[in-house]
Amino acid sequence: MKKAMAILFSVLFAFSFASCAKSDETADVEYFSDEQKQYYASLGLQGTTVNVYNWGEYISDGSEGSMDVVAEFERLTGARVNYTNYESNENMYSKLSGGGVSYDVIVPSDYMIERLVSEGMLLELDFENIPNYKYIVDDAKGLYYDKDNKYSVCYNVGTTVLIYNTMLVREEPDSWDILWDEDYKDLVLMFNNSRDSFAIAQALLGQDFNTTNPDDWKEAAKLLAKQKEAVSPRYVMDEVFDLMESGEYALAAYYAGDYELMVENNPNLAFCFPKEGVNYFYDALCIPKCTQNKKGAEAFINFMQEPEVALANAEYIYYASPNSEVIANDDYSLKGSEAVYPSVKPNSQYFRNLDEKILGLQSELWVNIIQGREIK
Amino acid sequence: MKQNLSTKLLRQPYIVWSVLFILAPLAMVCYYAFTDKSGAFSLNSISQIPSYLSVFGKSILYGAVATVICFFLSYPFAYALSKAKLSAQKTMVMLVMLPMWMNFLIRTYSWMTILGRSGLLNKFLSLFGVESIKFLGTPGAVILGMVYNFLPYMILPIYSVLSKLDNSLIEAAKDLGCNRLQVFKRVVFPLSLPGILSGVTMVFVPCVSTFYITQKLGNGQIMLIGDIIEMQFQQANNYNLGAALSLVLMVLILICIGVMNRFGSSEENGGALYI
Repeated sequence: MKKAMAILFSVLFAFSFASCAKSDETADVEYFSDEQKQYYASLGLQGTTVNVYNWGEYISDGSEGSMDVVAEFERLTGARVNYTNYESNENMYSKLSGGGVSYDVIVPSDYMIERLVSEGMLLELDFENIPNYKYIVDDAKGLYYDKDNKYSVCYNVGTTVLIYNTMLVREEPDSWDILWDEDYKDLVLMFNNSRDSFAIAQALLGQDFNTTNPDDWKEAAKLLAKQKEAVSPRYVMDEVFDLMESGEYALAAYYAGDYELMVENNPNLAFCFPKEGVNYFYDALCIPKCTQNKKGAEAFINFMQEPEVALANAEYIYYASPNSEVIANDDYSLKGSEAVYPSVKPNSQYFRNLDEKILGLQSELWVNIIQGREIK
Repeated sequence: MKQNLSTKLLRQPYIVWSVLFILAPLAMVCYYAFTDKSGAFSLNSISQIPSYLSVFGKSILYGAVATVICFFLSYPFAYALSKAKLSAQKTMVMLVMLPMWMNFLIRTYSWMTILGRSGLLNKFLSLFGVESIKFLGTPGAVILGMVYNFLPYMILPIYSVLSKLDNSLIEAAKDLGCNRLQVFKRVVFPLSLPGILSGVTMVFVPCVSTFYITQKLGNGQIMLIGDIIEMQFQQANNYNLGAALSLVLMVLILICIGVMNRFGSSEENGGALYI
């Protein structure tokens, strides 16, 4: 017994030692010029805290020799960053609207920004404090969710794509309808996220993704129910990486940037933009009303658009960057990637904010689809 | 008088604790269940419950099956354990607890790699020429996950009752002419009922309300009531319906436990009569 404990403790000890050693390694690369360092040091953020609430795996974190963006920001400004994650827009919205929390920077998607703006939950940004806004390409400004460029600085752009394993899929798909093909029963991965899954059915039906007609949603739900019966897809989010990389599954609907990540580990994967259309989305940096450190938040947003930082993030996340310095950089490994920067813009639609009634209907229909119940 | 005061004072922290973390949340669940988005009184959420009845039924069924399996696995083990040498008992109890040192989420996640289509189990089976079997996404996988995760909660209370069982009662029963089966049926089993009941409660309740196990081992294809409640809070942002569903779930669980306790106590009386 004593022996076992001794072994256990020594293992734990070794691990904690190993992790210490690892964190020491990263600090010796200098990414920034003196001018940049001076700018961030002069902001007077020393000793303050910036609460950043971001998607999981959505910032370069220092692993595998990448830049640890949060640590660099802390080093340059002297502020402390309290970094937390969420896994969906809705999840983030729940936390935020529930009150009793204080976040300074959030990264909602387009339709969620629209909702937050309409509910008065975002603060207008002071672009004096975000000089790096000049790097943002015009395509990512003045968009439907923030027409007057008041509330957001675009962080990433992306689309959904159809990913397939060329060892298992002999044909070259060009339509979402292959996800309904019984030949691929038990080999299909769908989003475990009602809105993205519905969008695929809606594209096939030629509907507007933001339709306010309940019958349209029911129609789409019926199509998804049919898919469940025909191919019994597995509904996943992050597990998609393991399952597609291992070659276990033939087809998956997921995000374009993540396809690039997967193909690095499994060269047999290919992708297409289905002709019926994909979802085109923007994620942007915003400041919620509950902020207690707006200056710090703006500095953080500005920092995220520093060319060096934006490049590190783009290399880490693999989504399309709206930062012109990144796009123009010849060392950028995704330069020329057809999935992330398609030369011809694919047929696509945006998500808009849906009203409560439609959202309720959508989640009710989704439950019925998963339960395999008849859609009325 | 003085002693009374000190016991009163001693009780204070627990009262504060239970008000803050038991009563207040319960009140909030009730509040959300009976109001609408604007905060006005409304039966709208409650009236949606009937369309989820089949899910409630399914959840209770899954929970019951998992609990029964846990019981039949645990009882013989706990019985044998209570009869083992003291040092062996200590080691075995530690081994039962050992998996609980690891996070529940990780333990469940690791079952995915065991049961997956090209997971460990299928790789092993393929050595014998068995074609890959679909485990994940089946009710069996979900129930396996429940049994695996909650088994210690059944073993430990039964073991602790059995290990404290007064041996002289068994000897007395033997002296009075009971054979081994009768000793078990009329003495040991009735006396271990309190342990069984608390084990059953501790397994059944988390099984019925779980959502992580179904999500991961059910491939997102099986939805129990826990998943639907989670969805209302996390995705649909419908706190009211989520709270209404939780409230009904709590009432149903309370009824189930009530029935069980009733059944348990009458058995116990029966047992007492025989002695």
